[in-house]
Amino acid sequence: MNLRYSTLAIASALCLGLSTQAHAAGGGLLATGGVTTVEGSAGGGIVPWAVMSGYAEEGEWGGTVSLSRASVDDFNLSVTAASFSFDNRFEFSVARQSFDLSTIGGELNQNVIGAKYRLAGDLIFDRLPQISLGVQYKQNNRFGLPEAVGAQRDSDWDAYIAVSRAWLAGPFDRTWLANATVRATRANQTGLLGFGGDESDSYELVAEAAVGVFLHRSLAVGLEYRQKPDNLSFAKEDDWMTAFIAWFPTKSVSVTGAFVDLGDIAGLTSQQGYYLSLQAAF
Amino acid sequence: MNIKALFSAASVFFLLSFSASTSAQSLYQDLGELEGIDQLNERFVINLVEDRRISHHFEQTDLARLHQMLTEQFCELAGGPCVYSGDDMVTSHTGLNITRSDFNALVEALQLAMDDQGIAIGAQNRLLALLAPMHHEVVNR
Ligand code: HEM
Repeated sequence: MNLRYSTLAIASALCLGLSTQAHAAGGGLLATGGVTTVEGSAGGGIVPWAVMSGYAEEGEWGGTVSLSRASVDDFNLSVTAASFSFDNRFEFSVARQSFDLSTIGGELNQNVIGAKYRLAGDLIFDRLPQISLGVQYKQNNRFGLPEAVGAQRDSDWDAYIAVSRAWLAGPFDRTWLANATVRATRANQTGLLGFGGDESDSYELVAEAAVGVFLHRSLAVGLEYRQKPDNLSFAKEDDWMTAFIAWFPTKSVSVTGAFVDLGDIAGLTSQQGYYLSLQAAF
Repeated sequence: MNIKALFSAASVFFLLSFSASTSAQSLYQDLGELEGIDQLNERFVINLVEDRRISHHFEQTDLARLHQMLTEQFCELAGGPCVYSGDDMVTSHTGLNITRSDFNALVEALQLAMDDQGIAIGAQNRLLALLAPMHHEVVNR
C-alpha cells in the first residue's frame, strides 16, 4: 500500500472540499508558491526557493500535495510530497522518494522532512527580495547499498538559505524570477546514496540557482542548476541541471515538465531524461 | 538533448535582453490612451465591487469618483497628459485595513479587466510594475 495513493486520495478529497467554498483558498497571486521540488520544499524542481508553498498570505494557511517522476537513462525517481504553510511565514513539508536502479537493479528509498521560515522581504512587493531559511532532515530507508559504496551515515540534516525575487516587467516586458540558494550538506546524490563518504565527511557549501520567465500569467519556462558534493570515491558525482516549463491553469493545480541532466550517477555516465510533476494546491 | 548548450544560449539571451531597448510605443498608447484607460477602469471598478473577497471595502465608496481618480492616476503613471487630482495613496487607504490578500484580489480584478480590454501582456506587466511600489502605501494602513 502506499503513501502515493493515499496522498492522491487526500488530495482529491481536499480539492473537492475546497471547491465547494470558492474563496477558501489562500489569497496569494498565481504561481507565487512555486512548484514542489523533489525534496518536498517549495521551489522549482531541484532547487528550494525562498517562496512558501501554496497561497497562504498573512493570517492564512495553505498547502500542497504532489506526485513527481524523473526518468533518466538508467534510473527512475518517484516522489510523493505534501506541504503545509501558514501566515506567509512557515512551511512544513514531507517527501518520500524512491529511486529505481533500473540497470543496476534494486531500489533506494528516502524520506525528507522539511521546514522553511521566511526571514524577510517579499517575492514581489517589498524593497527586499524574499529571503528564507530552510532545513531538511533526510533519512534512508535502505542503507545497504549506500554503506557498501562508502557512505558514512544513513540520515542527516541539510540547511539552506534562499533568496527569490520576481520582476513584474523585466526584459521583454515579461515577469522574470530569479532564485539563489546556498546549502550546507553532506548528502550524496541528495541523500539517496547516504551522507558523507570515504573522501570527505564534512559539511560543504553548495550553490543552487534558478531563473525563469512567465510567457504569460500561467506559463513559465526556466532553468535550474544544483551544485553537489562529491564525497564517494567509487564514482564521481556531478551537478544537476534542468530546463523546465510550468503551467498553472488555476491556483489549485500546476503541471511541471522538464528536461533533466543529472550527469554521472554511480558510475553510469550522462544521465539525461525527463521530469514530470503534478501539484494540487490549496 | 544538450542542456549545457541550452544553458549558455539562455544566459546569452538573458544578458542581451537587458541591453535591448524597451518598446518604443509608450504605455499610454498601449493602454488605448484616455478612452482606453477610462473603459479599462469601468471594467476594473465593476470587477472590484463584484469580487466577494473585497467588495465590502467599497460599500461606502463613491464609485464614479473612484473611476475618475483611477483614470487620472493610470493616465499620468502611463505617461499620458493627465494630472492626478485625488488624495495620496496613504491618506485614501488609511483605516481601511487592507490585507495582502485584498491587494492581490485587486491585482486579479485589474488583470481580468485588462484581459477583457484586450491589453497585451507586456503592457499589462508594465502597468502592474508601476502600481506595485504602492503596496506599502495601501496595505496594513
Ligand atoms: C496599487 C493599488 C491601488 C491603487 C493604485 C489605488 C488607487 C486608488 C485611488 C486613485 C483612489 C481614489 C482616491 C481619492 O478618492 O482621492 C482609491 C480609493 C480607494 N481605494 Fe484604492 N488603490 C489601490 C489599492 C486598493 C486596495 C487593495 C483596496 C481594497 C481592496 C482599495 C480600496 C479603496 C477604497 C475603498 C477607496 C475609496 C476610499 C474612499 O471612499 O475615500 N484600494 N484607491
